Amino acid sequence: MSWTGNVLRVNLSAGTCTTEPTNMEWAHDYMGQRGLATKYLVEETDPKVDPLSPDNKMIFATGPLTGTIAPTSGRWSVVCKGPLTGAIACSNSGGFFGAELKNAGWDMVIFEGKSDSPVYLDITNDQAELKDASDLWGKSVWETETALRDRRGDPDVRVASIGLAGENGALYAAVVNDMDRAAGRSGVGAVMGSKHLKAVVVRGTVGVKVADPMALMKTSNAAKEILAENAVTGEGLPTHGTQVLMNVINEVGALPTRNGHDVQFDGAHDISAEAMAEVRESDGQANLVSNHACFGCPISCARRSKIDPTHFTVKDKPQYQHVSGGLEYEAAWALGAANGINDLEALTYANFVCNEQGLDPISLGATIGAAMDLYKEGAITQEDTGGVALEFGNTEAFVAMVEATARGEGFGKEIGQGSKRLCEKYGHPELSMTVKGQEFPAYDPRGIQGMGLTYATSNRGACHLRSYTVASEVLGIPEKTDPLVTDGKAGLVKAFQDATAAVDSSGTCVFTTFALSGEDIAPMVDAACEGDWSLERFVEVGERIWNMERQYNIAAGFTAADDNLPERLLKDAAKTGPAEGHVNRLDEMLPEYYELRGWDTSGVPTSETLSRLGL
Amino acid sequence: MHYVIAGAGPAAIAAAEHLRELDASAQVTLIGAQAQPPYSRMAIPYFLTGKVSEEGTYLRRSQDHYEAHGLNLIHGEVTAVDPKGRSVTLGDGQKIKYDKLLLATGAEPIIPPVSGMEDPRVQQCWHLEDAERIIELAKPGARAVQVGAGFIGCIILESWVLREVNLTVVEMGPRMVPRMLGEKAGGLLQSWCEAKGVTVHTNTQVKAIESTPDELQVVLENGETCPADVVIVSTGVKPRLHYLEGCDIDIDQGIVVDAHMQTNQPDVYAAGDCAQGLDFSTGETAVHAVQPTATEHGRIAAANMVGNNNLPYKGSLNMNILDTLGLVTCSFGAWEGVAGGDSAEMYNPDNHQYVNLQFKDDVLVGANSVGYHEHLGVLRGLIETQIPLGEWKDRLKDNPVNLVEAYQGVNQAALQNG
Amino acid sequence: MHKALVMEVDACTGCHQCELMCSYGKVGAFNTAKSVMDITIYDGGAINVPSTCTQCQEAWCMVVCPVQAITVNPATGAKEVSAEACVGCKVCTIACPFGAINYDPDSGVVTKCDLCGGEPMCVEACPTTALAYVAEDSTGYDKMRRSATLAAGLEA
Repeated sequence: MSWTGNVLRVNLSAGTCTTEPTNMEWAHDYMGQRGLATKYLVEETDPKVDPLSPDNKMIFATGPLTGTIAPTSGRWSVVCKGPLTGAIACSNSGGFFGAELKNAGWDMVIFEGKSDSPVYLDITNDQAELKDASDLWGKSVWETETALRDRRGDPDVRVASIGLAGENGALYAAVVNDMDRAAGRSGVGAVMGSKHLKAVVVRGTVGVKVADPMALMKTSNAAKEILAENAVTGEGLPTHGTQVLMNVINEVGALPTRNGHDVQFDGAHDISAEAMAEVRESDGQANLVSNHACFGCPISCARRSKIDPTHFTVKDKPQYQHVSGGLEYEAAWALGAANGINDLEALTYANFVCNEQGLDPISLGATIGAAMDLYKEGAITQEDTGGVALEFGNTEAFVAMVEATARGEGFGKEIGQGSKRLCEKYGHPELSMTVKGQEFPAYDPRGIQGMGLTYATSNRGACHLRSYTVASEVLGIPEKTDPLVTDGKAGLVKAFQDATAAVDSSGTCVFTTFALSGEDIAPMVDAACEGDWSLERFVEVGERIWNMERQYNIAAGFTAADDNLPERLLKDAAKTGPAEGHVNRLDEMLPEYYELRGWDTSGVPTSETLSRLGL
Repeated sequence: MHYVIAGAGPAAIAAAEHLRELDASAQVTLIGAQAQPPYSRMAIPYFLTGKVSEEGTYLRRSQDHYEAHGLNLIHGEVTAVDPKGRSVTLGDGQKIKYDKLLLATGAEPIIPPVSGMEDPRVQQCWHLEDAERIIELAKPGARAVQVGAGFIGCIILESWVLREVNLTVVEMGPRMVPRMLGEKAGGLLQSWCEAKGVTVHTNTQVKAIESTPDELQVVLENGETCPADVVIVSTGVKPRLHYLEGCDIDIDQGIVVDAHMQTNQPDVYAAGDCAQGLDFSTGETAVHAVQPTATEHGRIAAANMVGNNNLPYKGSLNMNILDTLGLVTCSFGAWEGVAGGDSAEMYNPDNHQYVNLQFKDDVLVGANSVGYHEHLGVLRGLIETQIPLGEWKDRLKDNPVNLVEAYQGVNQAALQNG
Repeated sequence: MHKALVMEVDACTGCHQCELMCSYGKVGAFNTAKSVMDITIYDGGAINVPSTCTQCQEAWCMVVCPVQAITVNPATGAKEVSAEACVGCKVCTIACPFGAINYDPDSGVVTKCDLCGGEPMCVEACPTTALAYVAEDSTGYDKMRRSATLAAGLEA
């Protein structure tokens, strides 16, 4: 119940699909999705494996609440060892694919090995088959999804696929489902590409059963009411999307700008939610067409956008002139502020291209920002960039780099390797705004201290979604803390990390946590699943998952030295805004964090901690 | 006012009930030829598979339905009609006077002029009694030859396969259900049946059925001979009209009726499988012999009988849906296309999927589909409303599967334009 | 006066909560494939059109049914399918010009909206104002009826 009890194992080397029962002992200890898939990966692979080798595995995983009436039940994850970081990678996506996979009767699909030639996986309920994808290789996500839907002759199928970026091994290639929802970070799309797996198409009509449907409806209704009444989930996100943050974070002085040179961007308003809703002079339309919900989501934060058809990026390119997935805050920041670009239409175009060819816009934007910094330093020249004047604020240059990276052409190949490799190659590793090789997102740790610890300790490399302390430090959720103070942030980060790991393993969206606490979410899991899912157990599962991921990374070769931030954040003080004069004081938080975690001073979980968590 | 209805099938019952709705004081007499309470031939295949009992085939579920609605149901066979004398004669000689008469005597199977048809192991599948006899003959492992792969043939086919009978189907047309499906669609249906173990012969007829005590030999015109333990004949139906000889009621393929469902004789109407009524798609008259047409005929005829021809009918849309061993096929209207028309097609033989849409300008006029069973009714909606598809026509030409999207799309557009 | 299920296209976000709840009511599992409320999505979700049976007066499905498997619930006006009586002939699925009654191969019978006996679960599930169950004379109902008329002007 709630879990389907079935795992589909796909051996791409052998071309076989086999069914096995879900390990329910593990399901009870790691819930599902992120936790359960990581447990399988830990048990089945060597942490030192080359992420792009056939020996790495990639797992598509749903959670126990995926596909149920629980609000935001459309979540699913891709778990593997990440090629961008060499650390554990877990990328979470929404849309409709995950719920369809669950409705077809699967908790997880484990991909192992590598196919000789391109294939896609075709799933209808319990029937799964690998099919030839030679004709799809070289096609975009959009073309692939359309072709597979047509091939199946069923408008209701759901597709997850990679575009050119995943095929070409761009290290932050995404797996994209439903045309513009993505398991975006850490390069899970490159792993998929390395296995010659182009796509997964799924149709499910089996149904998801839960242990106590009446209790789940009751707890879900209670959660939906809280979500509706909350200012962020009931109003801010539906109206403005995550882009509601652009002006807010800029005012806080935590909007990393021009590869972290600044913490405020004078063009922030131009690329904000408010700007998306403004009517354009050119065609009398707004960039934003509407909001949209993922499966089962009452929040509805997704954006549908239409680019000005006269804009230079899309002129004479009808494939970009339709309504598609619009800018989220992270993408708008990374593509925009990080490069000093304030052209909303160009950013939307770049975002469309990321969806079309399967790229993580955060890493793409941040890496272009690093390249602009290298260019500024003179470390690269037009000779390297193929004649492109890669200056901060140069929209045409930015667009050229986006296109080149999506297609893996010219200097785009270098950009596709991510900021760390790029900056190392050109002799300036300090210019890479990354942690563990992954580009950090849209919150400058000089202006929001907790995010420094968040990035430094995130198990998948710099990431806001592993412990979104912005909620507390900026938005006052669950209670307001001072963003410029380090006191108490270690505990805050740990609490957020554990809770998020649990939510990410449940099949619901972490955005619910703006309004819901574990006290609201655990009862839904408890209603859906067998066994007693108390709040304590829910949080403990989160902590167990966090420590399991940490152990994996240690075994993969990571040490405390990797729990660090780029020098710029630690040494160059913010120049403007409320955080003026501040650097991030990671050293004030990290030792306390280790201690709270029950790790030794080298950041290794103690045997007591491991045994307490049953690891 | 005494309304007499010759027949007790779907058209007759629909008419009788509507008469009662429209005229509470009307005297309504139904004359049914079958021994059982009025039942549905459409339900017989499901009786054959055991999905429903005999009671499950009855047109109305409660035993006293007719009585409760003041409908006088009598058992008998109409043998003659006297429009001038305003009476009908039954088989037992009884005469019944009417003020208004509805002929709803339905259809009867066509018996091919072939020797050997009289053998008791050769069965029609038309009456409930036929079905009962077939159930006895179609034992697991028995060899069955079904002559005819028309509407009825393709539905009852499932019951043989479920009974684990070794089945051979013989169809004289170039493909299965040639009156309903085009070449590709019929081909998909045939390959589907063959994949399920059914042997299908098309383009050939039965020349003779030879009997021996142990078995039957079905001799085909293509030279093949199929040994059989049972032969089921479903070679189509024709309107049941023999009782109308010499009574000056205009007959062509069926009883010809006008837009009010009235025959050439005043106060005599016809409906259902025996009637040749207006066809929505062609503007001509035609015998459809399908359930939707029958029930619509019945209701329209009743309204005109009560209202003195005040409800002209725009004609019935021919439509059909079959489920053959789990493969659903359907057809609507001018599925073969119209002069100067345009079409959209999706053909996916690997999945046994097919959609063919026929347009006149940007209006949908007909369709065939194979392998789809959801939201098919929107095809009727689009055809009958003749709603201009506008940009949706091009989208359907790109992908005819996106029917619901197009249907909702044109409706939303129409709504917004007021 | 009967109440009607009213759908407001502009308010629908395409979240499918209605389909989830509907399917639970119909088959006892969360299974949007079995929902009789359907959301049609345009432009990847920029426009979302919920639709189900309008419980139309004409009731083509009910009239055409050869075995009286569809009857009117006098309390709600809903045309309800008896799963026991339905033989699965599917003729109603082509007769309904809205495509609002459909065959379910798993159960072998047709399914359609029955207004959940007067407490539509889809309305309860809808997180926006896209679905409402209101008196028939409301503006929304007029709008919907207009849509229904457009879609199915079968008046003889």
